[in-house]
Amino acid sequence: MQHDDVIWDLIGNKSFCSYKVKTKTQQFCRNEYNITGLCNRSSCPLANSQYATVREEKGLCYLYMKVIERAAFPARMWEKVKLDRNYAKALEQIDENLIYWPRFIRHKCKQRLTKITQYLIRIRKLTLKRQRKLVPLSRKVERREKRREEKALIAAQLENAIEKELLDRLKQGTYGDIYNFPIHAFDKAMEKQEEETESEEEEEEDEEESGTREFVAEEEFEESDLSDFEDMNNLKGSSDEEEDAEEQSSEEEETEEELEEEKTKAKSKGKTPLKGPVRKKRAYVEIEYEQETEPAQKSKAT
Amino acid sequence: MDSNEATTSESVSKKKGKTKKVKRKVKHDEAPVQEMEQAEGEETEKKSESGPCFPPTFSVSEIKNKQRRHSMFLKLKEEKRKKKKKERKALGDKAPPKEVPKTIENQRIYDETTVNPEDEEVAFDEGTDEFSAYFNRLTNPKVLITTSDRPRGRTVRFCEQLATVIPHAHVYYRRGLALKRVIPQCVSRGFTYLMVINEDRKVPNGLVLCHLPDGPTAHFKVSNVRLRKEMKRRGKDPTEHVPEVILNNFTTRLGHSIGRMFAALFPHDPQFVGRQVATFHNQRDFIFFRFHRYIFKNEKKVGIQELGPRFTLKLRSLQKGTFDSKFGEYEWVHKVRSKSKISFTIYKNTFKYA
Repeated sequence: MQHDDVIWDLIGNKSFCSYKVKTKTQQFCRNEYNITGLCNRSSCPLANSQYATVREEKGLCYLYMKVIERAAFPARMWEKVKLDRNYAKALEQIDENLIYWPRFIRHKCKQRLTKITQYLIRIRKLTLKRQRKLVPLSRKVERREKRREEKALIAAQLENAIEKELLDRLKQGTYGDIYNFPIHAFDKAMEKQEEETESEEEEEEDEEESGTREFVAEEEFEESDLSDFEDMNNLKGSSDEEEDAEEQSSEEEETEEELEEEKTKAKSKGKTPLKGPVRKKRAYVEIEYEQETEPAQKSKAT
Repeated sequence: MDSNEATTSESVSKKKGKTKKVKRKVKHDEAPVQEMEQAEGEETEKKSESGPCFPPTFSVSEIKNKQRRHSMFLKLKEEKRKKKKKERKALGDKAPPKEVPKTIENQRIYDETTVNPEDEEVAFDEGTDEFSAYFNRLTNPKVLITTSDRPRGRTVRFCEQLATVIPHAHVYYRRGLALKRVIPQCVSRGFTYLMVINEDRKVPNGLVLCHLPDGPTAHFKVSNVRLRKEMKRRGKDPTEHVPEVILNNFTTRLGHSIGRMFAALFPHDPQFVGRQVATFHNQRDFIFFRFHRYIFKNEKKVGIQELGPRFTLKLRSLQKGTFDSKFGEYEWVHKVRSKSKISFTIYKNTFKYA
C-alpha cells in the first residue's frame, strides 16, 4: 500500500519535510500528531502506516489512530477514541485499542498519557491558588503622574497649611485650657512648680498630664528636643500682657535657663530641627506669671 | 583736497567701526561731513550708554548670535519691567489692581459633587454608612498591617514605621496567605482595618485599605516613600500618644468618603499632650501624608517638626465591600485620560475630589 520506506527516504534525509525543525544537535517534528516530537524513522506520522497518538483537548484525552486505508482522505484518516478520565482505566483502554500494535507505539502512547494527566492536575491546582495578575504600567502615564505629583506638592504648601490648621484649632479652642496664650505665658512646666492655687485644680486633667509631662518631658525631651524648643521657656508673645514675676520663680527660671543654655550650646552644632524663628539664641528671658490672686482669668472663652 | 582725502579716509574708518558695531548702535545715514560724523559718534555713544535703543524696524530676534540675543532680550525685559513699575507708581491709587496669576486651583470648574456641609442627604448617608459605627463611638480602631508576598527590607521597615504612627496597629508577616481567608480571621479577632502594602521592585508602591466588618476597600498607588532615617532635620521617634488628624481638601462626595476612611484609622480622642499630628492633605488628587510634632510658641506662631514616614497616595479604585477584585462592586475607578492635550475643562473630570 503505502511505501513507508520510500516516504521516509525522501522526507527524512534527502529532501524537504515542512514539519521538520533542525537544531544543532537534534531534529524535531512539528506535526501535531507526532507522538514523541522528534523527527525519527519510528515517530514520523507520515512515514508510518501504523501510527497512534494521544492528544488532549479541553481537559479530555483522546487516542488517535491512523487508518491507512483512508490515506486518500486525509481529513478522515485519524480515528478518535475518547479515553476515560480515570488514569488507570485510560491505560487499559489504550491497551485494548492498540492490542496487536508494535510495542513502541503502545509504550509511547501511555507515556504521553501520563504526562498529559500530570500537567492537567497541576493546572487545576494552580487555578485554586492565588493568581498574581500583572498590570502593565504605561511609561508615559507614569512619567506624567510623577510630574504632576511634584507640581501638586509645590502647590500644596504643606507646612503652611498644617500650621494654619493648627492655629485655627487653637483659636477655636479644641485644645481647651492646655495653652493659655491670650493672657498668660505658655510655660506650663514652670508654672506648675510654683503654683499651688485652685486654678490648677480647675484644669486638673490637663494639669495632671502636663504636670507629669513636666518630669517626663525632661527625660523624653532630651537635649536635642530642648535645643529644638529652646524658645519654649522664653516666650514673649507680642500681644501678651506683662505681669510681675515672682522672685523665686525668676531665680528658678534663671537656673534652668542657664542649664538649658549650656546644653544648647553644647549641642549647637548644626542642630536646627525646627523652623527658622526658633533657631535664634536669645539673650534674655521674659516670662509672665499669673499671680495667685487671679485665678479667674485662666478660663478661656471657648 | 587734503582735507577731503582726510575726511574720506576717516569716513571709511568710521564706517568700518560702525559696521562692526551696527548691532549695538543706531544705523544712521553716513554723513560725509566730518562734524556731523563726530556729532553722531557722540550721539551713538550717548545712546549706547543710556541703553540699547533701536529704530522701530529692529527687533531682538534678528541678532544671530545666541548669547548676545539672550542678553539683549534680558535687558529689554528689565527695561519693560522698570517702566511698568514706574507707571504704576506714578498712577498711585488709580493704578489698576494687580493681576492674580492663573493657577490650576483658580481655574477649576466647580464640581457638582462638592459636598455642602449642611447637605442633608450627605449627612443621612454618613449616618448610615459603614463608618457610622466608628463615628458614633461604638468601635475603636484596630489596624492590621501586612504586605504582599516576600517583602523586601524597605517595605518591612515602612510597615514598622507605619505601625508606630498609627496607634493600635499590628504588623504581621504575610506568608503567602490569601486575603480572602485572612479577612474573616481578622474580623473574628476584632480588627477594624486591614492595610496591605504592595511591593514592586523592592519598593512599596501600592496600598489596599480595607475597612473590616464589611466596609469599603480603597486601593491607592503609593509613591515617594521616605523612611524616618531619610528625613532631614527630623525629631525623635513618635511616642505612644494618640495623634491628632488633619484632613485637608476632601471636599467632593468621593473625597468625603475617603476622608472618613482615613479618619477612622485613628482613635477618637487625640492626646494633646503628645503634640503629634498626622496630616492627610489632598491636592490635585494626590494625598500627601505627613507626621509632625508641633509646638505653639505663642498664639500666632506654631513650629512643626517632621517625624515619621511620609508618602503620597493616589486613589486608584474604591470598591464596596471587603476585598474582592473579581466580583466586587466598584464605586469608582481611576480612568486614565486618553487625551494628551491639557485644557482646563478636563480637570473637572480628573479631580474627583477637590
